Amino acid sequence: MNAVGVDLKKLRAPALLLVLLLLLIALPHARPGYAVVLVYTILMYIVLTVSWVLFSAPTGYVSLAPAAFFGVGIYTSAILGMKLPLPVVICIGGLASAFLALLVGALTLRLKGIYFAIFTFGLVELIKHFVLWYELKYTGTRGRFLLPVGNNTIYYVMLAILVALLLTTYFIKRSKYGLALQSIGEDEEAAAHTGINVTLLKIITFAISAVFTGAAGAIWAIRLTYIDPYIAFDVNNSFMPVLMAIFGGLGQLYGPILGAVVFSFLREVLITRFPYYYMLLIGTILLVSILYLPNGLVGLIQRWRRRIWGGQHANT
Amino acid sequence: MVTFLNIVIAGLLLGGLYALIAMGLSLQYGVARVLNVSHGEFIMLGGLITWTLYTAFGVNPLLSLAICGPLTFLLGFIIHRTVFKRLLTSSESRGVFESNSMLASFSLLFIIQNIASIAWGPEIRGYSYLRVPVNLAGAVFGANRLMTLGFAVVIGVAFYLFIARTRTGKAIRAAAQDPAAAGLMGVNIDRVLALCFGLGAALAGTAGMLISLCYPVHVAMGLEYTVIALIVVVLGGLGSIPGSFIGGFALGIIGSVVTNIDPSLSLIAYYLIFVLLLLVKPTGIMGR
Amino acid sequence: MPILEGEGVTKYFGGLAAVSNVDFYVDEGEIVGLIGPNGAGKTTLFNLISGALVPKSGVIRFQGANITGLKPHRICKMGIARTFQSVKVFANMPALENVMLGSLFGAPNSVAPAEAVREATALLDFVGLSAVGATPAKDLTLANQKRLEVARALATKPKLLLLDELMAGLNPTETAEAMALITRIRDQGITIFMIEHVMKAIMSVCDRIMVLHHGVKIAEGTPQEIATSKKVIEVYLGE
Repeated sequence: MNAVGVDLKKLRAPALLLVLLLLLIALPHARPGYAVVLVYTILMYIVLTVSWVLFSAPTGYVSLAPAAFFGVGIYTSAILGMKLPLPVVICIGGLASAFLALLVGALTLRLKGIYFAIFTFGLVELIKHFVLWYELKYTGTRGRFLLPVGNNTIYYVMLAILVALLLTTYFIKRSKYGLALQSIGEDEEAAAHTGINVTLLKIITFAISAVFTGAAGAIWAIRLTYIDPYIAFDVNNSFMPVLMAIFGGLGQLYGPILGAVVFSFLREVLITRFPYYYMLLIGTILLVSILYLPNGLVGLIQRWRRRIWGGQHANT
Repeated sequence: MVTFLNIVIAGLLLGGLYALIAMGLSLQYGVARVLNVSHGEFIMLGGLITWTLYTAFGVNPLLSLAICGPLTFLLGFIIHRTVFKRLLTSSESRGVFESNSMLASFSLLFIIQNIASIAWGPEIRGYSYLRVPVNLAGAVFGANRLMTLGFAVVIGVAFYLFIARTRTGKAIRAAAQDPAAAGLMGVNIDRVLALCFGLGAALAGTAGMLISLCYPVHVAMGLEYTVIALIVVVLGGLGSIPGSFIGGFALGIIGSVVTNIDPSLSLIAYYLIFVLLLLVKPTGIMGR
Repeated sequence: MPILEGEGVTKYFGGLAAVSNVDFYVDEGEIVGLIGPNGAGKTTLFNLISGALVPKSGVIRFQGANITGLKPHRICKMGIARTFQSVKVFANMPALENVMLGSLFGAPNSVAPAEAVREATALLDFVGLSAVGATPAKDLTLANQKRLEVARALATKPKLLLLDELMAGLNPTETAEAMALITRIRDQGITIFMIEHVMKAIMSVCDRIMVLHHGVKIAEGTPQEIATSKKVIEVYLGE
């Protein structure tokens, strides 16, 4: 293949992504209404999933903390929403989550395997019940209302968060820190003895992933309009990103994105079509995919490709 | 003095229940290596089945144990045979199996809860049985609560003896320590793991029956108990059955003390203990 | 002046002294061997030097600086690299990336990615793995994984290299190759401190040997002295 051909091939993926981004930007003008709500819901799940993948996929630390970070974002928005301009609120939501992640990370990232998962799971419940207790005891309220903002605003903010997240993830993955994160997942002790400051790297990456989850929570709060601790710190928001990422396949970055798109679309459709059987259907789909799609949708696609192209593309 | 006794007895009553649900989870994790997030759903099933049997057919709740126990056991056994056995063979390492099985149990939570809500609806159910006051050294408790404690202790001890003394118990302990070696020594490992998962589910079902004696039951109650069971299991040391038994009573008494100070603080206290314990001694109070 | 020295280094595991009041030194340019029966505390001593464990008491100095209780990554950057008794390679990463990580993170001065690729390629060549740079580490043979660990350690540009049973599990040919590799590393001016069970190897390669038994240093000297020491023979043949 000549040099020009290689260059063209290199340009193909960014060009495709740019077209996709333009289409997404144009969507609210072409198709206002329900489509916008549906798409920003999907975008929200992509943000949650990719943020989770950013830290947990390379390092192998299964975090069930996303609901905590998301909830902190939601509460930031609920408390500050009427006092400060929206972009500022979103940023503070992200930073507040990152601050929590720094704290939690410093304390707990030495826990190994299932203990880390259990700890982060408990953390969400601790925060939920603490906020519940605090509100009943000191503010005498339960739940808060938020001023609604136009759907298009929510849509564009969510899209901006996603773009920022994808760029961040891309640069981390390509940098030497991406390699280092992966080496932590492979063998943490060896990584430390190869000169990598494993503790610092884990904590900072954990915090970076929390920034985006928190920011997404801050804008999502406005879409919810009414929130209370049960809504804000819903454990489903911890499990969904994990399930979506695994559903898509963890190997490449596009796997979790694909997983989030397909799964959250399915979820929205099932909720509206079969409200009474929705959990049953979702549960079954998940169970089947965990049992029969060990490498997620990506693995399935690769298998099909191999069958069609006869093994030549086995490693793409 | 009476209040002190009151608090301790109330703590023991609560603790018996916690011990029971935690022992089931502990068995499932300790031997079958499944961190079963759907544990609470089996509790919910036990509670609601007991409620149906009592209100619709007038079956004595204690007798319904003979139905709840085997039923939840069978369900657990079948689930292990179909779902977790397959995951066990397809997972490349223990770590991968642990995270996969946790996620699979999360989808079971969805499935079981949805089926239950189709069957029972979202209403909160309760019935009155043995709600007669009993005077214990000046402190007054419902007979139903004392019954719960009695059952929890008897089942807990019986279960411990089963694990410690019987041939099957020996196989279970061997499987917990080293599945591969146990398999080589002639233990039918698949059967033992499914048995443990089933027994864990049966303990949950039994606990559900006992819970329905004292508290209202409903379809969405499961997760709360799962989380409490998780806390107790970590408190006692992941996978240690005596640890879970003692941990259950410890948490019950802590809960009772905190409730006496401020009822709304009890859950926060549980999580705080849980979080602190994980930080200070992740292997639990009985851990090495 | 010794490049590495320890004074009264002690470490307990639950009341049991794994390493007890051990004094040691390694001179610049030396190859020093550390031997002793299983459970003598050899790997524990390496873990104390490399920062994987913190000693209960005692001082460890590297090039005159106190490194006691520093984190492993700091010690690595100061110039001490190591390999592990049970190989610890980054299993799913290509061999080249395994080595690159050493250049990128472990060297005293930071290195640009392109430079890291060049260094890693050269090091793979140095240890004889240039043909398998793209192969995931887990697919290499044990002997090759051990060489990969050496290459990764060398990528951090160490002044002192700790080798923990480099030859365990290797066949005679591979052992001979490993011995040659050690000599070539020393020729680059790198000091070597090595744990080994293969007596033939350690006797022919080392300038000096230290013997640990039950966490205590019981002998020290030239290979000749150690081979004829009554105390050492007793320990190995049983009292």
